[in-house]
Amino acid sequence: MSLLEVKNLSVDFDTHDGVVRAVNELNFSVDAGQTLGIVGESGSGKSQSVFSIMGLLAKNGHARGSVKFDGNEILNLPEKELNHIRAEQIAMIFQDPMTSLNPYMKVEKQLMEVLIKHKGSSKEEAYAQSLQMLDAVKIPEAKKRMNMYPHEFSGGMRQRLMIAMSLLCRPKLLIADEPTTALDVTVQAQILQLMHELKNDFNTAIILITHDLGVVAGLCDNVMVMYAGQTMEYGSVENIFYEPAHPYTTSLLKSIPKLTENIEILETIPGNPPNILNLPIGCPFEERCYAAMTECKLSRPDLVNFENSRQRACYFEKVRYE
Amino acid sequence: MLKFIIRRVLIAIPTLLVLISISFVLVHSAPGSPFTDDRDIPPAIMKNIEAKYHLDRPLIVQYCYYLKDVVTWDFGPSFKFKDYSINDLVNKSFPVSIKIGFLAFLFALIVGVAAGVIASLNQNSKIDYSVMTFAMIGAAIPNFVLAPALVLFFAIYMKILPAGGWNGGEWKYLLLPVFAMSFRYIASIARIMRASMIEVLNSNFIRTARAKGMSNSYVIIHHALRPAILPVVSYLGPAFVGIITGSVVIETIFGLPGIGQLFVNGALNRDYNMVLTLTIIIGGLMILFNTIVDILYAVIDPKIKY
Amino acid sequence: MISNDKKEVLEKLELESRSLFQDAKIRFFKNKAAVLSLVIICIIVLFVLFGQNLSQFAYEDTDWDLMQVAPSFLTGHFFGTDDLGRDIFVRTLQGGKISLMVGLMGACVAVVIGVFYGATAGFIGGKIDGLMMRIVDILASFPFMFFIILLVTFFGRNIGFIFVAIGMVSWLDVARIVRGQTLSLKEKEFIEAARVSGTSNFKIVQKHIIPNVIGIVIVYATLLIPNMIIFESFLSFLGLGVQEPDTSWGALVNEGSKVMDIAVWQLAFPGLFLVITLFCFNFIGDGLRDALDPKDR
Repeated sequence: MSLLEVKNLSVDFDTHDGVVRAVNELNFSVDAGQTLGIVGESGSGKSQSVFSIMGLLAKNGHARGSVKFDGNEILNLPEKELNHIRAEQIAMIFQDPMTSLNPYMKVEKQLMEVLIKHKGSSKEEAYAQSLQMLDAVKIPEAKKRMNMYPHEFSGGMRQRLMIAMSLLCRPKLLIADEPTTALDVTVQAQILQLMHELKNDFNTAIILITHDLGVVAGLCDNVMVMYAGQTMEYGSVENIFYEPAHPYTTSLLKSIPKLTENIEILETIPGNPPNILNLPIGCPFEERCYAAMTECKLSRPDLVNFENSRQRACYFEKVRYE
Repeated sequence: MLKFIIRRVLIAIPTLLVLISISFVLVHSAPGSPFTDDRDIPPAIMKNIEAKYHLDRPLIVQYCYYLKDVVTWDFGPSFKFKDYSINDLVNKSFPVSIKIGFLAFLFALIVGVAAGVIASLNQNSKIDYSVMTFAMIGAAIPNFVLAPALVLFFAIYMKILPAGGWNGGEWKYLLLPVFAMSFRYIASIARIMRASMIEVLNSNFIRTARAKGMSNSYVIIHHALRPAILPVVSYLGPAFVGIITGSVVIETIFGLPGIGQLFVNGALNRDYNMVLTLTIIIGGLMILFNTIVDILYAVIDPKIKY
Repeated sequence: MISNDKKEVLEKLELESRSLFQDAKIRFFKNKAAVLSLVIICIIVLFVLFGQNLSQFAYEDTDWDLMQVAPSFLTGHFFGTDDLGRDIFVRTLQGGKISLMVGLMGACVAVVIGVFYGATAGFIGGKIDGLMMRIVDILASFPFMFFIILLVTFFGRNIGFIFVAIGMVSWLDVARIVRGQTLSLKEKEFIEAARVSGTSNFKIVQKHIIPNVIGIVIVYATLLIPNMIIFESFLSFLGLGVQEPDTSWGALVNEGSKVMDIAVWQLAFPGLFLVITLFCFNFIGDGLRDALDPKDR
């Protein structure tokens, strides 16, 4: 049995312009200790899908479908029950470490409150464990920093702090929503390295959301490629990188700059993502797809299994990475 | 922190000096002022004044004497009541104004913050709309219209509360003035609190706190309240000024023997010394209060550098 | 070449701002409360200006036969009379003239001073900006009402003086807003273009900065008018504003509040006019603000 099993997950938002479907019928699973990468452009619904799992959708958002964690349904649980899963079982870190930490609260309190609430620790225990965790994420002079406010930390240090905070209760699953996007490139590498180490030390499963395929390559076991709220392709990281089976994946890979080749012009995907308020009947990627056919316009291709555990949604028969 | 407080107090002192200087210069240049040659005052009082203000000495010396008087809280004689000194009158009415003003201020703060928080937590509900409507009414109705209307309804029509008077500060006599004084500020504070609370509740760090499994009430009290109250704190200075200013009207309407009424009567009677003294005292009070508010802000917001 | 570029940029910007204003206009007219308020204000203004013709009385005349009588169409005293037999209807109109005029003039004075001060501070920037805004901060914590009463005591009661005094103390917020706008405008290309092409600083402020902040200033001026009206009424209420037999809504409310137990109409009519006017200006100001800055909602 998988640790997390998501079936037919959809997320709708009520807006002034009508109901917007941000996430459409997602299916995926994560095994204990595994890392799943969710890749997509901004607005593809990757963040909203995990927010719905954690019950963190905005007030006008509704989730449907099924999310089973350790065999128990957790989607749309009442707040009270969710609070026993959040941080204890599933923890989350966010894109922007600058704004995701409370600027008006000392770091020690932000860390300790997690342990006090979930583990019922005394203040002394919570302090000691928090300090330990700061050491584990390699924050120097941890003792001194416990007594500081977040704005006294650099961006990379704040993300380390977020990671430390999320791991306090040793959750089985860590959801990382673009954890390195807001950071400098050198700091990005450090944070990814840290996550890699912690994953092994704590045996935590990770869902890593990113728009950067480079990040996925280093850390993930499986990858799900999303576009306009839907799964385009799902497979192991080797499959995705060496034998992509969807034109969108191929295009994404082509648009990564490579140092080994001497290319003058960087390849881009022409056009823009479709307006999710008004999705086409056919494949949402059809307009930008180099392999588009007439039938792509007429109906949406189903997500089908192939080669054991791989999945893709495309009518195009054979896709090779050139 | 201590350094910040000292620096802030050091800024307050020149402000106070400017206030005193401008007032002093004005009094000495005003037509018909007893400090100019064009006098119109009973000789008995005039004699007091001449002795008190050293009118035979150069202006700069007079100014120094005046500064000394202010520092030693000695404001000299009234120009209208020869049996009273300004000190007597001020000392008697000061407690009245402080009591009403303080109550009104506290009332506005507590009710305003509570209403704002409740509205923000029930955004777009009936409660929210009624708070916002109330805020709109509060912003539009001036206190000198509200106060007579309250008297008309509660005192003249319903006959359940006295129309005015002080009566030693009995609560029945405080109710209407305090409410009339604070009404506008309840409305403004509720509006500010609601807007800032909504903004804070939508911020990323609140989402983090919720992702950490903290209960709703814990998130609001421990994470949201402190940042959300900051705009209210910076509004406290203007609110205090407004409440004190409003006391002039409220005391007149309800016949309360406070400094507001003293001030108006002083102005109407052209009791220069009284008006001058009260301007300086109230100005000083406000500068003091603003200093306290600034320090309070720095205590709440850790991002302020001392 | 540069001046050509500048022209192009300017034209583009003008186009943008025009469409922005058109958008704002559409949004404003969708706001029912604001439009209704605008209509009511227009009616009140017309009424105050021409309503006099409906009555046979003058605002300072005494009707010796009918002192302090209740409103009645038979006597021609639509709103009744006061204890001196003066017609409340025409007095309310006269008071409205003064109150509205003070509101408008006060707002104008505040806007003119505030715009120049704020634009200058924002444009020069640096230490001078810091100093200028510090002065504004200090002034903002000043008990101005008392100061004005002090001035009124010393220099006599005079309506022109009240205009100036009210305007003088209300420019602070305008200055703050304009400074903020100027700081962000300063970074825009067309200012750069003007600077490169050798336009003097004063000209840049006058020709480019001020026209571009005027939108937000209009909104703020609308919100200032009710404050000005309250301010004047406050002074008149205390007997320190306009002098008899002339009057304003504040003065009328004051007179009315003294006799409200026996002649409630003396309080009710001017009070009602005053409150409705204040409401309407607030709604219009809010409507304009939402129209120009929709993200606020």
